[in-house]
Amino acid sequence: MQPTLELVDLSRLQFAATAMYHFLFVPLTLGLSWLLVIMEAAYVMTDKEIYRDMTRFWGKLFGINFAMGVTTGITMEFQFGTNWSYYSHYVGDIFGVPLAIEGLMAFFLESTFVGLFFFGWERLSKRRHLLVTFLVALGSNLSALWILIANGWMQNPVGAVFNEQTMRMELTGIGQLIFNPVAQVKFVHTVAAGYVTGSLFVLGISAFYLLRGRDLAFAQRSFAIAAGFGLASSLSVIVLGDESGYVTGDVQQMKLAAIEAEWHTEKPPASFTLFGWPDEKTQRTDYALRIPYVMGLIATRSIDTPVQGIADLRETNRRRIESGMLAYGALQDIKRGAATPQTRQMFADHEPYLGYGLLLKRYTDNPAQATPQQIERAAADTVPAIAPIFWAFRVMVGMGFFLLFIFAAAFYFCASHRARARPWLLKLALYSIPLPWLAAEFGWFVAEYGRQPWTISGILPTFLSTSSLSSGDLYFSLAGFVGFYTLLLVVELYLMFKYARLGPSSLATGRYHFESAPTAAPGRGA
Amino acid sequence: MIFDYATLKLIWWLFVGVLLIGFAVTDGFDMGVGALLPFLGKNDEERRIIINSVGATWEGNQVWFITAGGALFAAWPLVYAAAFSGFYIALLLVLFALFFRPVGFDYRSKLPDPAWRGAWDWGLFAGGAVPALVFGVAFGNLLLGVPFHYDDTMRVFYTGSFWQLLKPFALLSGVVSLSMLVMHGAVYLQLRTEGEINRRAVKAAQLAAVAMMASFAAAGMWMAWGIDGYRIVAIPPVNDIVLPTAKSVIKESGAWLANYTLYPWMLLAPALAFLGALCTVFLSRAGKPGTALFTSGAAVAGVILTAGFSMFPFVMPSSTDPNGGLTLWDAVSSRGTLQVMFWVVLVFLPIVIAYTSWVYRVMRGKITAQTIRDGGHSLY
Repeated sequence: MQPTLELVDLSRLQFAATAMYHFLFVPLTLGLSWLLVIMEAAYVMTDKEIYRDMTRFWGKLFGINFAMGVTTGITMEFQFGTNWSYYSHYVGDIFGVPLAIEGLMAFFLESTFVGLFFFGWERLSKRRHLLVTFLVALGSNLSALWILIANGWMQNPVGAVFNEQTMRMELTGIGQLIFNPVAQVKFVHTVAAGYVTGSLFVLGISAFYLLRGRDLAFAQRSFAIAAGFGLASSLSVIVLGDESGYVTGDVQQMKLAAIEAEWHTEKPPASFTLFGWPDEKTQRTDYALRIPYVMGLIATRSIDTPVQGIADLRETNRRRIESGMLAYGALQDIKRGAATPQTRQMFADHEPYLGYGLLLKRYTDNPAQATPQQIERAAADTVPAIAPIFWAFRVMVGMGFFLLFIFAAAFYFCASHRARARPWLLKLALYSIPLPWLAAEFGWFVAEYGRQPWTISGILPTFLSTSSLSSGDLYFSLAGFVGFYTLLLVVELYLMFKYARLGPSSLATGRYHFESAPTAAPGRGA
Repeated sequence: MIFDYATLKLIWWLFVGVLLIGFAVTDGFDMGVGALLPFLGKNDEERRIIINSVGATWEGNQVWFITAGGALFAAWPLVYAAAFSGFYIALLLVLFALFFRPVGFDYRSKLPDPAWRGAWDWGLFAGGAVPALVFGVAFGNLLLGVPFHYDDTMRVFYTGSFWQLLKPFALLSGVVSLSMLVMHGAVYLQLRTEGEINRRAVKAAQLAAVAMMASFAAAGMWMAWGIDGYRIVAIPPVNDIVLPTAKSVIKESGAWLANYTLYPWMLLAPALAFLGALCTVFLSRAGKPGTALFTSGAAVAGVILTAGFSMFPFVMPSSTDPNGGLTLWDAVSSRGTLQVMFWVVLVFLPIVIAYTSWVYRVMRGKITAQTIRDGGHSLY
C-alpha cells in the first residue's frame, strides 16, 4: 500500500516549512561566529576593551539567534524517521552516516563550547576564551559540512549500491560520499552565503548606530570588520555559486535546464538566458534576453559540449524508465526465488535505472507491465515545474550581486574613512539586512524543488519516501510546527530588535550611549 | 580492528546503549532540574540560581540525544524508521516540549517582566518533564511489543494509535524514568546550590529516589509475571544479512526473564539500579552530593541496562507480527557502515568526553544568590 498523494504533499510541505524555518537561523550562526572570532582576536592582539565589548555584544545577538537554530534544528534530526520512514529505511545505511558524524564531530563541539563562550569570560584566560570562540565557529561550520555531505548525496548519490536481498541501498565508498563534488561545492557556497548574512547583519546594525550618531567608535570598528569580511564572502559566494553551476551541469542536468528554462538543446556553446518569461504550455521562453556562450561556459567549461535541453532530457529519462521496468521485473523474479542466470544478468544490466522504474509506481502497482501512456506520464514527472525554479534562481542571483555592491561600497568608503558621511549607504545597508536570508531561502528552494520528483536523484521517488501516516497526523504536526515556530520567531525578532536598538549599552559596562544619560536604565532603552 | 558482522552488530547494540546512557546521565539531570524548577525555586532569584546551575552545560548534554538519533539512523535505520514513525505523536510531543529549552534558557532573563519569566519557567518545566515521562512510556511499549509490520516492499506500518501507547505498564515505566531523572536532577542541584534550595533539593532527591525504587520494583514484577515477553525460536545465521521477517518468534510469559537465567551476571543491572538509588538516598542526606550524583548516575544506567538486557536481543518487538519484530541482528546497517561508524565513535566519543569534562571543570562551583547579583546581565 502506497502513501496517498495528500499525505505526500503534506509531508513535503512540512519538511519544506521546518527546513526553511531552520535555515532562517543557520546562516547567521555560520557567519557571525567567525566575526566573533575576528573581533575577539583583535581583542587578544590589541588588548583594547572595545573589542571585548564588541565580541560580547554581537555575541549576545548571536545567542538569541543560536537558541532558535537549536530549537528548529532538533526537529531535523528526527524528521526523516517520523515522516520519511521509507526513505530512512531505504538509504539510512548511507544517509545516516554523515548525520551521525555531524552529531559526534560538530554538534558536540559547538554546543559544549557555546556555553563556555557565554559564561566563561571570567573563568578563562583571554587566549583560552578565544580558543573557545573559535571552536564554536568551527563546530557550527563543520555541522554545515556534514549536513551538506548528506544533502549532496541526495543530489548526486555516489558510493552506494542497491542490495536486492535487503531491498535497501548500501554504502560502498565512504570516501566517495565525503568527497562528493556536489557536496563540496554546496558546502563552500552555503557557508559563504552564511558569512554574507553575518556580515550584513553586523554592517546594517552598525550603520544604524552611525546614522543615530551614537557609540561611534564601537559602530565604526564593527562596520569595518563586517565590510571586509562581507566583501570577501560575497565575492566567494558568487564565484562558488558559479562553480556549483558547473557541477550541477555534470550530474543534475534537469535542474540546470529548469533554472535556465532551456526547453530544447541549443547548438553549443549555449547562451545564458538573463531574463524572459518561461511558458510551460508552449515550451518556450518569451521575451528572452540572452547572452551568447555564457551558459555553455558555466555548465561545461567548454565551447563545444552541448547543454542538454528539457525535451532531450525527458526523452533520455523515458528510456531510463523503460530500462527501470526491466530491472523491476527482474527484481520481482529474484525476490520470488524464480531467478535464472539470465534474470540476474538482466537485473545487473538495468539496476542503475531501477529508481526510474519506481517512478511508475505512481500509476501502476506493477511497473514491469506499465503501458506506454503510463511511461509517458512518468517521463513527464521527471521535469520539475520550470517557472518557480527559473524565477527563484534569478531572485537569488540578483540579490547576490546587489549585496556585493553594498559590501564593495562599504569597504571603499570605510577604507577612505568616509562611510559615516554617506547616509545613503548606511540606510541601504540597514534596510538590506533581510536580503541574504531571502537569497538563501530562494537558493534552497532551487536546490530542493529542482530535485523533484526525487528524494534521492535517480534512486528513490519522493512519493514513495514518506511514512505510513494518516493525513490527520500530518495536520496535527504541521499545525504544531508552524504554530510553535511562528510564536517563537515573533519572540526572537522582538528580542533581536530590542537588543539591537539598545546596542552595547545592554552590556551594562557603563561606557555606552544609554548608560551615560542617568535617566535611561539598562533594559529600558529603545 | 576488522570485525565480523555478528560482532559488529553486538558492538553496535552496546554503542547505542552507551549513547542512551550518556544522554540519560548528562541531559537527564538537566531535565530533572527543569522538572523541579517551578517547585524548588520560590522566587525569581532562586529560579535563576537553578537555571544557571545547568545554564552553561545543558546544551552540550542535549547533543547526546541528537547524536543518539543520528547513530540510530546510521546503525539501526530500521529502528529509526519504524520507531519514530510509529511513535509519531509521542515523539512530536517530545520535540515540542524540547523547543522550550534553548529559547527558555536564553530568553527568560532578557526581559524583567514576571509574567514573561513565569511563562518560560513552565516552558522549561515542560522541556524537562515531558521528555522524561515520554521516554519511559516509549520503553514500556517496547517491552510490551509494538503493533507494526512490514509489507512485501519492506514498508513499515504502525497499526496502533497514540492513545494505545498509554497502557498501565507503559505509564508505570514513564513514572520510573521521570522519577529517576528527577532524582538525578535534584542531586545535581544539591551539588551546585546552597541554603534553602539545597535543602529542598535534598528532600526532592529522597522522594524521587524512593518513588523510583518503588516504581522500578513494581515494573520489574509486572514484567516478570504480568506481561508476555518474546522469544526467538529460529533465526538464520546472524553473521550474515538477516531480514527482519526471516526469523520465528513466539510470545510467552516470563520470556523477558530468560536472559537472567542464561546470563546471571545480567542481574547486576537491576541491582545497580536499586543500590544506586539507595546509596543516593543516604549520600544525599549525608550531604555528599558529589558521590550521590555518581550513584544516581549509576542507578540511571542500571535502569536502562535492565530494559536492554531483558529484551536482548530484541530492540523493538512486534506485537502484531512477532516474526517481523526488530532485533539487533536484523535492524542493522550493512557491515561496511557498521565498521566505518565503529571507527568514528571510537575516535570521537573519547574526544567529546575529554572536552566535556574540561568544560565542567571550568564551570564547577556553587551558584549562589551572590553569583546571580554579580553576574547580572551576563547570566541566564
